[in-house]
Amino acid sequence: MTTAAAAAEVNARSIRRIALSHKLSRWDVRFSPYLYISPFFLVFGVMGLFPLLYTAWVSVHDWNLIGGQGDFVGLENFVTVLTQGYFWNSLRNTFSIFLLSSIPQVLIALGIAAVLDFNLRGKTFWRMGVLLPYVVAPVAVALIFNDLFGDKYGLINSGIMSLGLEPIRWHVDVIPSHIAIATMVNFRWTGYNALIFLAAMQAVPRDYYEAAIIDGANRWRTFRSITLPLLRPIIIFVILTSTIGGLQIFDEARMFDNVGQGGASRQWQTLTLYIYELGWNQRNFGRASAVAWLLFLIIILIAVINFLITRRIAGTADRKLRVRPKGMK
Amino acid sequence: MKRFPRSTLAVTVAGAASFALLMSGCSAGADTGQSTDKNVKLTVATFNEFGYEDLFAEYEKANPNVTITHKKAATSNEARDNLTTRLAAGSGLSDVEAIEVDWLPELLQYSDQFVDLTSDDVKDRWLDWKTEAATDADGRLIAYGTDIGPQGVCYRSDLFAAAGLPTDRAEVAALLGTSWESYYAAGEKFAAAGTNVPWFDSAGATWQGVVNQMPNAYEEEDGTIIATENPEVKEAYTSVLGASTTLSAHLGQWSDDWTASFQNDGFATMLCPGWMLGVISGNAEGVTGWDIADTFPGGGGNWGGSYLTVPEQSKNQVEAQKLAAWLTAPEQQLKAFESKGTFPSQVDALASDELLSATNEFFNNAPTGEILANRAAAVDVTPFKGEFYFAINDAMQQALTRVEDGSMTPDESWAQWVTDVESLG
Repeated sequence: MTTAAAAAEVNARSIRRIALSHKLSRWDVRFSPYLYISPFFLVFGVMGLFPLLYTAWVSVHDWNLIGGQGDFVGLENFVTVLTQGYFWNSLRNTFSIFLLSSIPQVLIALGIAAVLDFNLRGKTFWRMGVLLPYVVAPVAVALIFNDLFGDKYGLINSGIMSLGLEPIRWHVDVIPSHIAIATMVNFRWTGYNALIFLAAMQAVPRDYYEAAIIDGANRWRTFRSITLPLLRPIIIFVILTSTIGGLQIFDEARMFDNVGQGGASRQWQTLTLYIYELGWNQRNFGRASAVAWLLFLIIILIAVINFLITRRIAGTADRKLRVRPKGMK
Repeated sequence: MKRFPRSTLAVTVAGAASFALLMSGCSAGADTGQSTDKNVKLTVATFNEFGYEDLFAEYEKANPNVTITHKKAATSNEARDNLTTRLAAGSGLSDVEAIEVDWLPELLQYSDQFVDLTSDDVKDRWLDWKTEAATDADGRLIAYGTDIGPQGVCYRSDLFAAAGLPTDRAEVAALLGTSWESYYAAGEKFAAAGTNVPWFDSAGATWQGVVNQMPNAYEEEDGTIIATENPEVKEAYTSVLGASTTLSAHLGQWSDDWTASFQNDGFATMLCPGWMLGVISGNAEGVTGWDIADTFPGGGGNWGGSYLTVPEQSKNQVEAQKLAAWLTAPEQQLKAFESKGTFPSQVDALASDELLSATNEFFNNAPTGEILANRAAAVDVTPFKGEFYFAINDAMQQALTRVEDGSMTPDESWAQWVTDVESLG
């Protein structure tokens, strides 16, 4: 072998090596990010996607909790469930409780956050105080509130009766029961949402407020014209999460009486409670899965509506953001 | 899993030495059998209060090779959820699982998931109806009875006195009579005295008493649902609700209001199985006047009571069966009665002096042992409870509640119940 040939050989090899390391680093750049986020998707696949698909599989079969898989029945479970009054009843309850909890929750949370945003003495104390109810387990909340909402010997009704008025039938009438349950939900979540709002409010540049105050704006005006528009993305986020949570209310409704099925006429039976009744009480996993899937579709539907609305609002918010500061300066 | 005849396995409480001999002789070749000289770890799952804590220590002392771990659930609902979930999963159950009579019928459907505990040594240990309820269609006994809930009528003698009614136990028993009509009539008399206190706590609790006296309330033995066409059920529904309009406190049993009512003169009488005595004395702490009458409307009645089972999942089936047999023997069950008041279901225990001489201080020193033993002997109907019993009865309870809380008329509520029952199939 000549020296030249050997040199060429070495050269070619090093070129190949360089080419390989180039390729590796290109792969690294291209594929590593996917590798890094893959744990989430692997876990999601096992804990989220698989149960989702498996539930669909169960929902088209006769399926007993203990007995397991039975015959393939197609969409029969869906048809049975959709023709039963309790499904529509629980759908109504779910939305009613969801609206009664989410709307006041977001409004009150905004108010609390605005107050906490002031220069208060002992800031951390107040902020922690607001978060405290969130730490209490929902079942414990329900136990405490059940003392308030007792039909005969409850604290609220004792007060009402001592005034000579008719007691409210918390466990009999539809709307009072929804209000009672929504109160428990609000008790837990309002503070949590308030802290999220507060964090967003603190990110608003103080110059805007100063400029506005110099221009003669009062507190309400600055809140309405500066805080709210700048908070829009966070408000959307909070509405989204409370929608998902609100459609899945279970603990508070289940603990509202000692039977846990949502009342004798299912006055406060939510969709999740209905699923539980079908699956664990009647042991009919097929029908329970069918309702679970219907709930999933409803949440998707609402998420899509939310998404469409938010995209419009977010769009206008961006425009306003671009315009506002300039206008104010 | 293959099953081997266990009839030859002696399951007595004789000394451990004789056990070792017997077991090594009989269980050779059984894949699930373990010889007694090996160390065995047994888990036992119970709920509420079975009164077994001291008994476990005693058993471990007599059988040094056995170590017992006790898993205790707070409520029977919790235990039921745990049992069904693990049964469905196919693993995770304890070697001995306690179950309650109310969910026994659902489990009987899957009786092959439980070890057949039939054995000559325990053949006539229990009251017939207690054993019958735990025997499946093929004659396999899947559970050993622990306690039962024979019912008497508990009453407030102070409220009776205020209404001018007799307060003495025997006189009250005569006043209440032995039929539902006489029980309601006594209530009308009580109400007429103008005490303004309801006669009983709820239509639902009264319904439990009535329905447990029907041999086939909701289902035929072959599984046909007859609930909505059964004239007996409709008649009972009408009569219970008829009595409820004037006599009931309209309190849902176990609700917060119900619990609070014990401190507020909520009602004058209630149907009470043995285990309810503890509930009453707990809720009514500080209230004086509770007593118990030796009678029950419409004949005898049993409410509740538990069993011990050995799931097929268990890896120590032979040892587990031995322990279950020992725990449910009359001697041990009497000790449990002494410690927690669980009323024994064993024939020998029911006749023992220890039981018959037991009194309850809270209930005006009533001879509760003797009264409940009489009540147990009066039970003559074994209600058939099939696959849908729990769900149908649950729907019925809600139907009664709907009428009691005034949200529906009896006819509307009945129609709703019929729809509910039809949707179960």
